Amino acid sequence: MRYKLGFAAALLAASFLSTTASAKTFVFCSEGSPEGFDPGLYTAGTTFDASAHPVYNRLIEFKPGTTQPVAGLAQSWDISSDGTVYTFKLRPNVKFQSNASFKPTRTLTADDVIFSIGRQIDANNPWNKYIAGASWEYASGMGFPKLIKSIEKVDDLTVKITLTHPEAPFLADLAMPFASILSKEYADSLEKSGKKEQLNQAPIGTGPYSFVAYQRDAVIRFKKNADYWGTAPKIDDLVFAITTDAAVRYQKLKAGECHLMPYPNAADVKAMKADPNLKVLEQEGLNIAYLAYNTTQAPFDKPEVRKALNKAINKKAIVDAVFQGMATPAVNPIPPTMWSYNKSTQDDTYDLEAAKKMLADAGVKDLSMKVWAMPVSRPYMLNARRAAEIIQDDFSKIGVKVEIVTYEWAEYLSRSKAKDRDGAAIMGWTGDNGDPDNFLDTLLGCDAVGGNNRAQWCNKEFDELVKKAKVTADQAERTKLYEQAQLVFKKDAPWATIDHSLAIVPMRKNVVNFVKSPLGAFTFESVDLAD
Amino acid sequence: MFGFLLRRIAVLIPTFIGVSIIAFSFIRLLPGDPVALLSGERVMSPEQHAAVSHQLGLDRPIVIQYLDYLWGVMRGDFGASIVSKTPIMTQFLDLFPATVELSFCAIIIAVALGIPAGVIAAIKRGTIIDQGMMGVALVGYSMPIFWWGLLLIILFSGILQWFPVSGRISLMFFFEPVTGFMLIDSLLSDQKGAFLSALSHLALPSIVLATIPLAVIARQTRSAMLEVLSEDYVRTARAKGLSPFRVVGLHALRNAMIPVITTIGLQVGVMLAGAILTETIFSWPGIGKWMVDSVFRRDYPVIQGGLLLIAGIIMIVNLIVDLLYGLINPRIRH
Repeated sequence: MRYKLGFAAALLAASFLSTTASAKTFVFCSEGSPEGFDPGLYTAGTTFDASAHPVYNRLIEFKPGTTQPVAGLAQSWDISSDGTVYTFKLRPNVKFQSNASFKPTRTLTADDVIFSIGRQIDANNPWNKYIAGASWEYASGMGFPKLIKSIEKVDDLTVKITLTHPEAPFLADLAMPFASILSKEYADSLEKSGKKEQLNQAPIGTGPYSFVAYQRDAVIRFKKNADYWGTAPKIDDLVFAITTDAAVRYQKLKAGECHLMPYPNAADVKAMKADPNLKVLEQEGLNIAYLAYNTTQAPFDKPEVRKALNKAINKKAIVDAVFQGMATPAVNPIPPTMWSYNKSTQDDTYDLEAAKKMLADAGVKDLSMKVWAMPVSRPYMLNARRAAEIIQDDFSKIGVKVEIVTYEWAEYLSRSKAKDRDGAAIMGWTGDNGDPDNFLDTLLGCDAVGGNNRAQWCNKEFDELVKKAKVTADQAERTKLYEQAQLVFKKDAPWATIDHSLAIVPMRKNVVNFVKSPLGAFTFESVDLAD
Repeated sequence: MFGFLLRRIAVLIPTFIGVSIIAFSFIRLLPGDPVALLSGERVMSPEQHAAVSHQLGLDRPIVIQYLDYLWGVMRGDFGASIVSKTPIMTQFLDLFPATVELSFCAIIIAVALGIPAGVIAAIKRGTIIDQGMMGVALVGYSMPIFWWGLLLIILFSGILQWFPVSGRISLMFFFEPVTGFMLIDSLLSDQKGAFLSALSHLALPSIVLATIPLAVIARQTRSAMLEVLSEDYVRTARAKGLSPFRVVGLHALRNAMIPVITTIGLQVGVMLAGAILTETIFSWPGIGKWMVDSVFRRDYPVIQGGLLLIAGIIMIVNLIVDLLYGLINPRIRH
């Protein structure tokens, strides 16, 4: 017996996961530590997985497994004809969780909504700076301080939000983690006891799981919220075992120390699929990696030059080498799973001879350029250096010399957006809210030049289409506008679209009903363990 | 002795200020804007960037920032993390016991195995035992820690299943930390099997962390022993007819220990500064990983506060060692 030599505790640990008879415990080997537990303060998905999704709800939720906004804490809503006034009817009798120091005396009301959003957009709100360095980056990034004119209580279960201008993605914005609804009563009690910072350390929400404890950088524990207003979770105890190294996460999954892990090494996926105790979920990610030319610098200011270069990039080779096939070559600037994706767009097919000819026709000879490679691995681009090397090789075949440059990540972020940047930069994006505006206007709009628009591309026709779509309420109409915008984009080619990566989620065989959010979140509301 | 103590403490003050200046300024010399990193790919507008910089106090002249920081430190306030917004001291106190516990176990393993290995190699000088031991020590010294840790996990946790893969204790045990030291807290918890679980979780990371110090201590002990064994007084002891055990154990080893103890002290200092790789591989929630993560995120307050706290602890440890030397050897006091 090989176990004879082992420690009893190791045996206990191994048997722990198979104990399903009484309390069901689900262990998620998470990839990092949460920055805190107040989702409004942060921007990282790792933090939202441990706070916004288990503990809180929002007025609007995304339908599980989709990016479709559906009723959350708001049971219904009404939008004024000019698209600027949103009146939300709140779900009645929604109970907040409790902990050792707080027992709620009332259910959810409009006050909680006003508190949760108001503190993020009003610098004079007493909770705006409740901890040192609170800067509400997400709300600011989504333009909430300028977009929201007022939030008013109509009655206990009705709240009215007035916008400064119509904004079609607003409902989807409200489903994002930063817009989670906290308990004002809890905040008041913390203020009274002089422990405001506890709002970020011991969260109280209305979500499917209640926070139990956090051991820094090690373990987060949640338990089922017995009073949850939605379908009760099947799991009694949810545990996040923080394991930063992907190879170690895999070993823990294999050893049965956790049920599910995020972000495996691409090289391990084949072995995971072959393991009889594991299964692997593959899902198209809501992301894109691209090569942004600087469209203000010659010769990249000519669309025909950009298109010629695009035709010289072997995207399939990048997908195979960098993702070992676990990605799809990108055609449009939005992923195929997103509504309004234009299936009729013709990609610049890989054709070296045609690329050479197009360059010659454009009068470009002996071109030397820089390709910027990100120094970090992101879900949409696991190894930018490798991708840049493939591009370098491809371009050399059409007589274009490439120098690969890279910088430390913060420097890269800052320098790559500079208007006078030399060369083309590899970059990418993961969607925030499933709305095409979050890709098309955010990354390619004229307002974003010098910022997120790393191609520095300002095309009036494209910009008018996406700006019009942003203030149009009718989704069918918006779809048409975005489809047109994608054609304009492809014709002008400010980017070489590279790939949309797949989300790979390995888990134990007995995990059932796990639904992966296309937005990248790991949520465990419906997950269960088969006996 | 009191004068000696005062002199040593007086030296600490400029050292402490020097460390604070280095910690404060060096991280700012690195390229990379912490505010830009907060939003990642989501570029902030110049107004938002300015507002966040102002909120964090990063738009003030660097000298003012430093003096403000120093004033905070003097009042025991090391500031709060830019990223997590949590006070540095809270984070440090949460994480430091884990690093101490791991370092303590690792140094025990390194000393318990390294010194006997060095002594045996010295006694058996030139034999296959000596060459074998020193060869193994050289391999241990040259071992890439990340690879070594992963190898042990795959073998002992994956294939043999003798030890858990990572973490500090099995997730089935849950108790509020009292001391932060898992071995002690597990005993205090009265939960059956908790101590064994904590011990089994410590085994592999301790072995990995002990590998290099073990090799260093073994080699240092061997060379110190060889030197002492050739001394006249050892020859005299042998001529007097003392047993080999007494000659080596009593006369030679005690004298050979002086440089070895210095080496052990240095190794302890290195370990307390955080065993970055070991902590990363074994998901060990210690200060090494915390510091490295902070460097990557340009979390200035954590880096400068963490460095200062670590340097402070090492300085205090050195002060204690100096005082002990002074007690043992009065000549040092002068």
